[in-house]
Order: sequence, then C-alpha cells, then structure tokens
Amino acid sequence: MSKFINVKILRYDPDKDKAPHFQSYKVELRRPGMLLLTVLNQIKWELDPTLSFRRSCREGVCGSDGMNVNGVNMLSCMTKVEDLGSDITIKPLPGMPVIRDLVVDISSFINKFITVKPYIIRHSPMPDGELYQSPEDRKKLDGLYECILCGCCSSSCPSYWVDKDYLGPNAFLRAWRYLIDSRDEGADERLAILNDKHGVWRCHTIYNCVEACPKELNPTKAIVGIRKMLMDKQI
Amino acid sequence: MINTTKIEYHEYDVLVVGAGGAGLNAAQVASQYVKTAVISEVYPTRSHTISAQGGISASLGNHEEDNWHWHMYDTVKGSDYLCDQDAAEYLCRKAPEMIIELEHIGLPFNRTPEGKIAQRPFGGHTAEYGKRPVKRACYVADRTGHAMLQTLFEKAVAQGTQFYNEFLAIELIRNGDRVCGVLCLDLQNGEVHMFHAKAIIFATGGNCRIFATTSNAHINTGDGLALALRAGFSWCDPEFFQFHPTGIYGHGNLITEGVRGEGGILLNSEGERFMERYAPTIKDLAPRDIVSRSMVKEVLAGKGVGANKDHVLLKIDHIGKEAIMEKLPGIHELALVFAGVDCTKEPIPVMPTAHYQMGGIPTNYLGEVIKGYGSDAETVYPGFYAAGECAANSVHGANRLGTNSLLDLVVYGRTVGELAAKFAKENQAAELPENAGQEGLKLLEKFANANGKNTYGPVYSRLTKLMEQKAGVYRTEEHMSAACKELEEIADLLNDFKVVDKSSVYNLDLVEALELNNMVLIARCAAKSALMRKESRGGHAREDYPERDDVNYMKHTNVTIADGGKTINLEYRPVRTKPLTVEPFPPKPRVY
Ligand SMILES: Cc1cc2nc3c(=O)[nH]c(=O)nc-3n(C[C@H](O)[C@H](O)[C@H](O)COP(=O)(O)OP(=O)(O)OC[C@H]3O[C@@H](n4cnc5c(N)ncnc54)[C@H](O)[C@@H]3O)c2cc1C
Ligand code: SF4
Ligand code: SF4
Ligand code: FES
Repeated sequence: MSKFINVKILRYDPDKDKAPHFQSYKVELRRPGMLLLTVLNQIKWELDPTLSFRRSCREGVCGSDGMNVNGVNMLSCMTKVEDLGSDITIKPLPGMPVIRDLVVDISSFINKFITVKPYIIRHSPMPDGELYQSPEDRKKLDGLYECILCGCCSSSCPSYWVDKDYLGPNAFLRAWRYLIDSRDEGADERLAILNDKHGVWRCHTIYNCVEACPKELNPTKAIVGIRKMLMDKQI
Repeated sequence: MINTTKIEYHEYDVLVVGAGGAGLNAAQVASQYVKTAVISEVYPTRSHTISAQGGISASLGNHEEDNWHWHMYDTVKGSDYLCDQDAAEYLCRKAPEMIIELEHIGLPFNRTPEGKIAQRPFGGHTAEYGKRPVKRACYVADRTGHAMLQTLFEKAVAQGTQFYNEFLAIELIRNGDRVCGVLCLDLQNGEVHMFHAKAIIFATGGNCRIFATTSNAHINTGDGLALALRAGFSWCDPEFFQFHPTGIYGHGNLITEGVRGEGGILLNSEGERFMERYAPTIKDLAPRDIVSRSMVKEVLAGKGVGANKDHVLLKIDHIGKEAIMEKLPGIHELALVFAGVDCTKEPIPVMPTAHYQMGGIPTNYLGEVIKGYGSDAETVYPGFYAAGECAANSVHGANRLGTNSLLDLVVYGRTVGELAAKFAKENQAAELPENAGQEGLKLLEKFANANGKNTYGPVYSRLTKLMEQKAGVYRTEEHMSAACKELEEIADLLNDFKVVDKSSVYNLDLVEALELNNMVLIARCAAKSALMRKESRGGHAREDYPERDDVNYMKHTNVTIADGGKTINLEYRPVRTKPLTVEPFPPKPRVY
C-alpha cells in the first residue's frame, strides 16, 4: 500500500541562510493512520538529517511540536497524514521568532505564562492535612489544567502578533485556572496584572485561539471570566 | 560549526541535571535555601514525567483502610525481593505527607464526594499483605504526571530556581571523590557552558528508547547513566526493565494500568479473561512483569488476536462512556489516534511495551550516590545525589509497582534537594581540575566533525530492533550472547559515523548522535548484565533459568566501565534487606 505525498517545509538555518526558503520532500506512506511526526522522523532519518524540529512525548502531552500545517497550528504527533491530503506545507508557529527550521523561540511565551503567577497563593495558613476541595470546585479546573503549553493558541492570535507585550490566550487560561481554584487566595495580585493594556482588554474575541488549541481548550472563556471578575471587583 | 574553543562558566550551590518530577522537586526545595540551577535538554514541562497517566501511590486510606506497612510489603514483594528494604520503608512512610504537600502547592487531584483526594486501585497494591486490591493511587484523571510536572515547575518558578533550558549535559566532571561540574551544550546557539557547583543532583530519567517498541519519549536515552559511567560511577541493575503489559499494539504508547484499576480486563482470542488463570486473587491487577509474561504466553499458545494472532485485547467499554470520559479521557484520545479505536465501544489492541528501567545510579536510602562495588560498596560520594528513574535507591528492585515511580520522584526529589542544599551550605565546591571538560569536548568534536559512513537512522533502527528481539520480555543465553556480540558491531559503526548537519543552531542531528552514543553504551551494559544473571526475577525473565535463585542471585548487579567504555566490569552488591525500623520481609514465592 505504498503511496507518496509531497511535504514542503519552510527551512531556515541562520548559520547559512539569509532568508527562510521552502524545501520539498517526497515521503512514502507506509501504514494507514500514519502520523505527521512519523513523516518528519522519516524525512530526518532517511532523507535529510539536517531538518530540525522539536518533539519529545510523541503523544500529544508535552507540547513540543506545535507547528503550522497547511495554514493551521497543530501538533505533528497527533495529526494523521490522511487528514491533510497529499500536499502538505509545514511552517514554524507564526508570531514567534524562528530559531531554526521548525524550532521557534518560546522564551517570551513562557515568560508571559510565568508573569500571571501560575501557582497557589495563600494568605491564610494551610491545614496540616489535606485541604479539602469539593468535586464541584475541582470540576471547575477541568478544561483549564490540561493545557500543554504548546503555544498553538497564542501563535494564532492577531493581538499577540502585533503587541509583543500582550500576555496572550495561554497566560489568561493559566491565570483563570488559579483564579477559580477554591484553594487560591491570590486573585487581587493576579487581577492587577491582567487588568492592563497588554492584558485581557486587548483581546478582540476573534476565537482564533480556540480553533487552534489541539487540546480543545477554550481560552476565550477564561478571558470572559477574568473580565467579569474584574468588573465585579470594579478594579 | 560548533565552537569548542570558548567555554562560559557558571557557579551554583546546587546544580540539578534534569527537569522531570524528580529534578523539579529537588530544585524547588533546594532553591528555598541556596542558589540552585536546573539544566534540561528540553523545556521542563516537556520532560517525560508529563506522560505519566494513572496515579501516585500513598496509603491515605481515603476510601478504605490502608497503611504504609501494607504498601511497603507490596513494594518489596512487587520488586521480587531485590529492592533495598530501608529505602522501601522510607518511601512508603513518607508517601502520605508528600501527597499532602503536592496538594497544598496546587496539584488538582480528583476528589471524593467529601472533598478528599480520590484514590483508585492499581496493579500489585493490596490490603492486609496481599489479601485484596486496595485503592491507593491518587490521581488527576489519567493525566497525573502532567498535572504534577506543571505544578512542580510552577512551584520552582515561584521559588526562584534558575533554568537553563535546551542545554544538553555531555560530561560530568569529577575531582577525586567529589563531583564538581557539568559540561553542557546550549542547543539554541551551539555554545559550550561549564557549570561549577558544590553539590550535584542527577535526575535525568529513563532509557527505554533503546527498545523499538516503547512507551518512552524521544529524549529517554539514558544520558545521565552514560555520563555517570564515564566519570567512573556505577550503574546498578542494568538488566531490569519493565515491559508494561498494555502498550498500544504496533505503536507502544501506553494505556495506563488505571484502565484495569477502573475495571478493564484483558481478553484473548477466545474472549477469555486469561489473567484469572495466572493470578487467581488479583487477576488483571497483578504486577506488570506477571501480566506481560502471561500475555506473551497466550500469544505463543495461539490465543492472540488479529491477522497475525500477535496481540490481545483490553476491554473497558463495560464501565460506561461517562466513567471513561471522566476518569480516562486521555486514554480515549490515545486509543482513537493510535489504534483507531473508540474504547467506549470497542476493546483496545495491546501488547507489552518497554516502559521503565528499574536500575540506576546506586544510592543509599537517602539518595546519596554510593560506590556500589567492593567491600566498601555502601560508601557515599559526598555532594553527589541521584533521584527518579535514573537512580537506584533501590525501591523498585526487579519490578516496579505502578504509581510508585511518581512517588519515588517526589519523595527522593525532596530528600536530595534538602540534603544537597545542606551540603552546599556546609562545604566549598571541589575545584575544577585542570583541563576539566576535555573529554566532553573531545566527544563533541568527534561527532560534530564526523564525516564517515553511518548515519543515525539505520544505526538507531538496528540497535532498537536488536534489543527488542534479543533482550525483550523473554531472554535466553543464546539470544543474549548474540546480542552482546552484535552490540559490539554496532558500537564499531559509531567510529565510522556521519553527522550530516554542521550547523551550530539547534543541531538535532548532532544531539541524536550524542544520544545514540549513550544508548549503545547503555544497551551493551544491559545486555551483558542480563546474560550474566542466570535466574528469572521481576522484569528479567530467562527461558533457560525460569526460577528465581535467591541463593546465588539475591544481589544487585553493579556495572562500571574502563578504557573509555571498551571494557564493561560486572560485580555484585548485597541487597539491603534490613528496613529502618521494622522487621524485614523475607523472600517468598510470588503468588497473587
Ligand atoms: C506513558 C507513561 C506513563 C506513566 N505513568 C506513570 C504513573 O501513572 N505512575 C507512576 O508512578 N509512574 C508512571 N510512569 C513512570 C514515570 O512517569 C517516570 O518514571 C518518571 O516520570 C521519570 O521521572 P524523572 O524525573 O526521573 O525523569 P524525566 O521526567 O524523564 O525527566 C528527565 C529529565 O532529564 C533531562 N535530561 C536527560 N538527559 C539530559 C541531558 N543529557 N542533558 C540535560 N538534561 C537531560 C530531561 O530534559 C528531563 O528534564 C509512566 C511512564 C510513562 C512512559
Ligand atoms: S480571542 Fe483573544 S486571545 Fe484568542 S485569538 Fe482572539 S484576540 Fe487572541
Ligand atoms: S491552551 Fe491549548 S493551544 Fe494554548 S498552549 Fe494550552 S494546549 Fe496549547
Ligand atoms: S511530541 Fe509531545 S506533544 Fe507532540
């Protein structure tokens, strides 16, 4: 059942290239249900060892291999080639500086995530034993804690492209995850950071981020929640 | 071109190599006291701990009676009596307080109706010394590792830990009996860095990438072990790998044991729940070594399913769609993508997959690295610690129980973090010897400039297939000798190697070459140790020696290397059978 597909990849090596350029590969599909990461590995291990990209878990949980495929951000390891057609164009995640080939600089993305204080903040003392949380309160964290920090959302956001200080959907999602955790008491500190011209007010609710998230999470719901919390608190 | 002529120096009190659960917990603890840095070849949240699914054990007893002594019994019995019982006691006693600490720093555990941490049964975990399965695994749906790693990363960030991400460690520097530095390559620009530190913690994770079918991430290539070996330290129990029963057929990705904990069962081609025959009391929840071997036996008896009758089925649909989507949503996604199966309706095709290395850098029950051989085998190297999958404290012995690894990471991560910080406060760093880093630079230059014949793809493929075919679930003298011989040929291929990519920026070809070099060393040590252990115990099953032999082999294998790895030396070290405070559990036949 061998069949060939054409894979066009945007290549860039700052050591030798003045500008990014496309390179095409003819890749053999060897099994039904083949994943895009397998295609990239096959290119690297059999056709062109100089291709660089990130990957680790190869099962959609580590967030290493977000990339732009046929115009859409996705994880290569969870994408079936047969869903992409026989001509595939792969580019690095947009809106982030390219380091090499499909490898982008995510340091600013991670720093923004850190800016919103993604950890439990407590003023009252912790109990010695467990800090109880009702199943209903715990359920509020579903759809938030599953984020894998792949960057597909922020990289698809027009506000993120134009404002380099814009915190972006990923940071909002994480902030919200802690804001509504029944164990957390850091709302004021966090809201002060989010209530900024580079914060939640910059979002135009265009939903690109929701479309892009490979984990089917919804950063805009978090943004709406944060705005409401800000207004309720009249900050 | 990589520039090996310039080295940038850094000074730290505590240096942690590895940002998985073990490394991050060590770092967040040490950062509370001293200046601490973490180096990791990937961004911390991309470490392999992120993949852990099913749970983390502790005898909280939130659903039914439980206690740490039962947990310890299960751990010792599960290890097929090769674990060190002082460490097993330490681990199981510390477990409840560690879970509460994780909960306090924000880990979003699933909850019971009263709001306590929810627990589920897991393989080999029992009440009253083996009488019945017990709910001991605390969990976050089937994303426990994910939630844990991110929470620990966030805690470390809050604590001010310094991170050096996408730095690949290539040499551990030693001065006499002290470790003093680590040489690294910055993947993003090809620059070389030397980290000089008072105390060093290795937390570099596992090595199951040496097998073709594996649940492990691309980065699990045993680097930490190879670096430690080259610096003259030991590797304890290299022959013990865990083959997890439920890898997705044809891919190896893991389906958590939590599926069976929630009621899933294994079926052969006759639709028979065959584990009832092999482990009448706890059935599908028997430890992994036993379940994996039972599956292989079913297939060999012609009771496999599929066109080639070469795998079995894992059925879970009977617990209902709602329960699956609430407790096992990640599994549902994996089965769909990798097996094309909707597990709320159909069974998942599964076969054993290489999953975990039980051995590691030998330590005492506190995670301090020990010599591992000779009459003073238990002697500690001051200021050097190991924790997590790269360490052998040894709580897992010959077979690890599910959920005991995540526990190992946090208990030992915390312990070595505290000890390393204390050591750094009380001691000066050992000086970097003259020419420190030359060996690492030589290795780097050798591969960066390699212009020979063999490239990564074919050598990697040959290595991993060989290990799978000759050193997998069942082993024989004939296969192991052949493997040892062929591994020497594969090692030779590395002397005529080609790294095609010559860039200094994110050169994955070079990284993979360095990792392959480590994997070949790891595989050679593992194969030789397996050949020499003429008994069956835990993850090491010999067809030609099917019984456990406590008279001759109730001891740890200890490997060191000489002549830059050409020679592999094997010695043995007695198991520490004496617990800290309680009576030992003497070896008994392992029935479940
Ligand atoms: C799919 C899957 C599911 C699992 N589920 C469970 C479970 O439910 N319960 C359980 O208890 N266990 C489970 N395990 C086992 C457990 O997840 C691992 O044993 C554990 O996460 C290992 O953690 P670690 O901190 O030792 O190493 P890792 O998380 O593997 O981290 C290793 C770190 O070392 C770094 N590193 C390695 N080499 C270098 C180098 N040369 N230079 C710089 N940095 C380096 C890496 O970047 C990484 O940060 C599971 C394992 C798998 C594969
Ligand atoms: S909804 Fe907001 S955050 Fe999401 S893509 Fe649009 S502007 Fe960006
Ligand atoms: S919200 Fe979704 S797209 Fe954004 S980083 Fe998290 S997982 Fe990726
Ligand atoms: S490789 Fe981890 S998400 Fe794709």
